[in-house]
Amino acid sequence: MSFVQNFPFFSIILAMFSGIVSSVLKGKKARVLSVCAISVTIFMSAAVLAYCAATGESYVYWMGHFPAPWGNEIRAGVLEGLTALLFSAIMLLSVIGGVKYTQTDVEPSKQNLFYILIDLMLSSLLALVYTNDLFTAYVFVEINTIAGCGLIMITQTGRSLTAAIRYMVMSSLGSGLFLIGLSLLYDVTGQLLMSPAQEAVGKIVESGQYEIPLLVIVAVVSVGLAIKSGLFPFHYWIPDTYGYATPTASAILSSLVSKGYIFLLIKFYYRVLSPESVVRSHIGNVLFLFGVAGMMVGSLRAIMQTDTRKMIAYSSVAQIGYIYMGIGLGTPEGMIAAVFHIFSHGATKALLFLSARGLYRVSGDRTDFLALRGSGYRNRLAGVGFLVGSLSMVGFPMLSGFISKLLFATSAMASPGKTLTTLIALAVSTVLNAVYFLRLLTGLYRPARSGAYAAGAGPDGAAGEQINGLGFRMAVLCLIAFNLILGLFSQPIVRAITEGLAMFS
Amino acid sequence: MSKRKSPQELGGYLKFKRWLAGDLDLLEDVTEDAVPAAAPESADRLPARDSALESRRRASEEVYGPEVWPQSHTPGYAQAWRDRVALQKGAGDAQAVLQAQEKSLQFFRAVYKIMAVLLCGAIILVFLWTTVHLPPFGSPDNPANNEVPARYIRHGVEETGATNFVTGMILDYRAFDTFGESCVLFIASCCVQVLLRVDACDGKSAARTRVQQENDRLFEPKNDGILQQTARLLVPLIMIFGVYIILNGHLSPGGGFSGGAVLGSGLILYLNTFGFAKTERFFNERVYRRMTLCALTFYCLAKSYSFFTGANHLESGIPLGTPGAILSSGLILPLNICVGLVVMGTMYSFYTLFRKGGM
Repeated sequence: MSFVQNFPFFSIILAMFSGIVSSVLKGKKARVLSVCAISVTIFMSAAVLAYCAATGESYVYWMGHFPAPWGNEIRAGVLEGLTALLFSAIMLLSVIGGVKYTQTDVEPSKQNLFYILIDLMLSSLLALVYTNDLFTAYVFVEINTIAGCGLIMITQTGRSLTAAIRYMVMSSLGSGLFLIGLSLLYDVTGQLLMSPAQEAVGKIVESGQYEIPLLVIVAVVSVGLAIKSGLFPFHYWIPDTYGYATPTASAILSSLVSKGYIFLLIKFYYRVLSPESVVRSHIGNVLFLFGVAGMMVGSLRAIMQTDTRKMIAYSSVAQIGYIYMGIGLGTPEGMIAAVFHIFSHGATKALLFLSARGLYRVSGDRTDFLALRGSGYRNRLAGVGFLVGSLSMVGFPMLSGFISKLLFATSAMASPGKTLTTLIALAVSTVLNAVYFLRLLTGLYRPARSGAYAAGAGPDGAAGEQINGLGFRMAVLCLIAFNLILGLFSQPIVRAITEGLAMFS
Repeated sequence: MSKRKSPQELGGYLKFKRWLAGDLDLLEDVTEDAVPAAAPESADRLPARDSALESRRRASEEVYGPEVWPQSHTPGYAQAWRDRVALQKGAGDAQAVLQAQEKSLQFFRAVYKIMAVLLCGAIILVFLWTTVHLPPFGSPDNPANNEVPARYIRHGVEETGATNFVTGMILDYRAFDTFGESCVLFIASCCVQVLLRVDACDGKSAARTRVQQENDRLFEPKNDGILQQTARLLVPLIMIFGVYIILNGHLSPGGGFSGGAVLGSGLILYLNTFGFAKTERFFNERVYRRMTLCALTFYCLAKSYSFFTGANHLESGIPLGTPGAILSSGLILPLNICVGLVVMGTMYSFYTLFRKGGM
């Protein structure tokens, strides 16, 4: 066994361990530890990706001395490595980009708690990506939910507390449904690990026994995870949650947490059920329908907002709709497009939330359209970041959003019966995206109505580069570069996703 | 009203231009100039009784601070809205519009209740229907009675050294899940600290007064004779019982989770009887933090070693001992102690955080 194969396990344990140790550290040391742990995780995930790409096959890793149906297992392949790499990279950029705002938004004595939550969030995301065991997935879904609540409410204003309660209620509902699904699955198959469960499910499907429980399992797990990732009819927790958290938390919650659940759902479809039985159960059509509805409703609601934070949050509802639309197409191409959009939206939303906060900072911490007028001149880097992010969301060529839309459109061609709906939905949603993002962008580059803010000066008189800390500048530049890379050199990534999905089944 | 035209009078192009500039909210039929901070799209935009709202507003301000209460709920806003309606439609119509709004709101609430009941009923029916199709309860031919529990039962003792199969399963076969569960407890207590811990260390006077206010030590029963006598008798028994459950976790029913809960409740009883001053002599925040740190660190390192050797097919070299003896079953006994300490600390910290916002 090659030493590299230990890395998935090392990265999960390292993130958990740094969270545990942070409980006795001061805020600053906890932050350094957290940043180090995430950086090491990036390196290890890259090594796993390189190893799996070189050998061309995935492998399972025993968590203990016992093999598959008895002990816990994790599994790594190209797609897992790629997802872990991109997730941890986005996490690192969100953390260092929001350092300054974390310091002001979070009580000084609770800074280390914030980084404990970040570390455990990372470990749970990695575990969701790597797990080969459904019950392990459930345990880490719990950690993920609790850490998410903590990240929302750590700013401790009234709004963030109500948002956290809302998130808690909806998320617990989702976890509960997921757990019911697992219990039913255990009852009819007697397995919790993914590979033996898949065999058992195959036998059940063949024999035609337990057809109804299997249908209910698919429905309950899909709905549970859809609630947790904020698919359209269950999206009411999203605007407050993303809108009132500190920027690091908003970026992580919108770009990573909801995507972790979607990744788990894809894994459930491929590794426990088979793609064919998912298509047969018609759950894909339901997800497709709600995905398309989410794209429309999310964009329309975003247009109606006066608060730009909520506008960005509603845009997330639309983007989650895109991903579920891709899953719902029921073809391998649709799935590839959905996975690519997970990455592309992750990179873009983190950029948008971070740079939006940079713009609020030079606008007296106000978030409405009027106050933001001309802020693109007052904080140039944040303005450029927001510009790139918005254009990518709209689908401007050379940026990552364009590639996702291209992939969605081409995959729609291959799925009979849904082609026209998908294409129309894509077109309408792109126009709607353009309407609300360009509205804000034109505002950012118009002169402010009142002469309240001198050009290039922050509220505390800091000028030019000093408005944004070093971390913010690095994070925004890296995320812009990330977007360009995803947009310009998408072929290797698409190939890796294709290869990884092939390894799943 | 401002000098600007109201949106109803604007042409389509001008309206678009105003919206583009951020002046106009599509949901509202008023401009931002007329009502300063735009109200969120709440269903009850039109308050019925100003006095009741006023008291709710005050309550909200106490809890959340002044910025949260939506403008639309203040009495002045309602009056302004009424004036505007009156201006647009004439005074007689204004009352009718208000009543219509009130009615539609009541209708919405009624429909909401009915739909909620229907939805719950539908979900219950689906699950009942599924249950009918599940394998019969307790039948030996069920799919769940396969090779997995068979090995746990037949070879559990020789492979894990624990005569209690359940402990062997959760702390050896599936130890990674259990480590995750301990981390769930750890992160839950972190979240409660985020929410409830009152920190005075930054020297702000506001924080110090908050500590004073939330500290209810002054109201503790100091000399409750009956409680103290009972607790003197009960607390040692409870603690010994908790320790027994933890130490015998691999031999008999029990283990870290249940034993830790017993220990935690014993500590809480002691605290309630003798007060914080006495409890803090041996169990304060520093002790709690170090205890949790040590327990979880040991768990993490020990299990990492075990996972690493297992995955790389190496011998772990940890003796399993004689099944049935108290010092047996390898890592299970120390892990049970760790889990027990974490559970105890979490229970106690929840209690103190809810009680006075700190340990």
